[in-house]
Amino acid sequence: MKKKLKGWLYLLPAILFLSIFMIYPLIDVLIYSFEEGYNFASQTHNGIGLYNYSYVLHDTYFLQALKNTFILVIITVPLSTGTALLIAMALSSIKKLRELFQTVFFLPYVTNTLAVGLVFMILFKKTAYSDGMINLLIKLFGGEAVDFIDGPYWAKMLVLCIYTVWIVMPFKILILTGALASVKDDYYKAAKIDSTPAWRVFTRITLPMISPMIFYLVITGFIGAFKAYSDAVALFGTDLNVAGMNTIVGYIYDMLYGNSGGYPSYASAAALILFCIVLTITCINLMVSKKSVVKGV
Amino acid sequence: MKSKKICKILGKIGKYAFLGFWAIIVLFPFYWMILSSLKGYSAYNSEYIPKFFTTNPTFENYSSAFTTVSLGRYFFNTIVFAVITTAVMLVVITLAAFAFARLEFKGKNIVFTLFLSLMMIPNELIIITNFVTITDLGLRNTFTGLVLPSITSIFYIYLLKENFEQIPDNLYKAAKVDGTSDFKYLLRVMIPICKPTMITITILKIIECWNSYVWPRLITDDSDYYLVSNGIQEIRENGFGRENIPAMMAAVVVISVPLIILFFVFRKQIMTGVQKSGTKG
Repeated sequence: MKKKLKGWLYLLPAILFLSIFMIYPLIDVLIYSFEEGYNFASQTHNGIGLYNYSYVLHDTYFLQALKNTFILVIITVPLSTGTALLIAMALSSIKKLRELFQTVFFLPYVTNTLAVGLVFMILFKKTAYSDGMINLLIKLFGGEAVDFIDGPYWAKMLVLCIYTVWIVMPFKILILTGALASVKDDYYKAAKIDSTPAWRVFTRITLPMISPMIFYLVITGFIGAFKAYSDAVALFGTDLNVAGMNTIVGYIYDMLYGNSGGYPSYASAAALILFCIVLTITCINLMVSKKSVVKGV
Repeated sequence: MKSKKICKILGKIGKYAFLGFWAIIVLFPFYWMILSSLKGYSAYNSEYIPKFFTTNPTFENYSSAFTTVSLGRYFFNTIVFAVITTAVMLVVITLAAFAFARLEFKGKNIVFTLFLSLMMIPNELIIITNFVTITDLGLRNTFTGLVLPSITSIFYIYLLKENFEQIPDNLYKAAKVDGTSDFKYLLRVMIPICKPTMITITILKIIECWNSYVWPRLITDDSDYYLVSNGIQEIRENGFGRENIPAMMAAVVVISVPLIILFFVFRKQIMTGVQKSGTKG
């Protein structure tokens, strides 16, 4: 009996914190999302129903955020995974300077997203005093200067995508380099004896062997990109709705707090919508990966 | 045969050029922030075409980063926040991991499965209620409020449990024969053996704390409790005047340096730790 209690005693702090800050909120968020007309000050509501969901789904700010997030996901996930694969392959095939490159490539991971975002803002921004660094390059190649921070929508989206890719690359390069290193040398040796052409070695050996890791990166990449928020804040400031660059997560927080805040019910409904989107996409990804990943090699 | 060799050399040059190109993309923002932070205010603003170097560097921006805005305060807050969160978390997860790895009790497997399934819950879903909870408890603008929700990490419990389980059973049995208590065994044997994992967890958690932005933003609106991320956002929107970019860049450098030093010291642990953890903190 005493021994039984001991186990629970060791677990007690973890269970306590998890119940208060994870399990209870999980139930609570569902309740919030169905409580209509919730008042934050008096903590009362006047009905149960689907009004919060319908409000969020008809809110132009939410639709804008949804659109921004989807564009961001569709552009950055394939782009970053593909580039990371190229970089990881180049890294695996060299010996000199390899460690140095690996170290340098990992740097963005250990930087403060908000702080380095400011540097990107300055590089891309066009002010009255200066066109900025990137516009200088564009003009060098005969293009026209654009304000990427307060300018047209596509320009803002482009910077957001570039910054997001820059931020997520270290993780993907690291995982893929690890995956490439774990492919057994025997396969390559056998291929060499048969003098298999390089592209065939790639499509028939390398790619199938690391395909589980690629799918893993695609899945986590989708999840991560759907939750984009602080990168956008770093580039365009806290008032993302005015900039037209809000993301779904940004919309949730704006509903909760700040000038437009005080609506936990709308925030909860939006959070649950986001959760459903991410869950659906992850399930699709898992189904696709089950079909295409080579097993038992 | 000769053409094949040339092909190989060209391929190698191509690879290095490609890697070098990406290295420039990664490093350029760092170079630019250091460069801009060393330029004088008037010098910076008179450059219509930004210069790639500076002839008379000044450290004036760094002193104004600490005097004009309370960067020192933000720094101190972040260190306090990171140290408390990490320390408390280490205690909580070590106890839990020990229970899962070594102790036998009814319901252990059910609880463990429950823990694992909680790992899939995204932060966005639970942060809403946590915000309300902390607000209702009157803990906004306090360190307690900042720290409380982030002192358990199921993933780190899992990581540590796996590590604990690798310690051979015989050691535990021998200790039992000697009459060592479970707690003493954990303290004297298991923790020292698993030190590398614990160091990795500590560093990853500190990085996470240093970069956390969303929760501190929700829970603090008094600038006395801002962490560096919120501080930098505050500096951007209200500090210095929006045009004093060199001073802003000095603040960015000051905020970035501690993590970069940490990275160079613990490079191996951080990289293998991230490879294992598989999520961006």
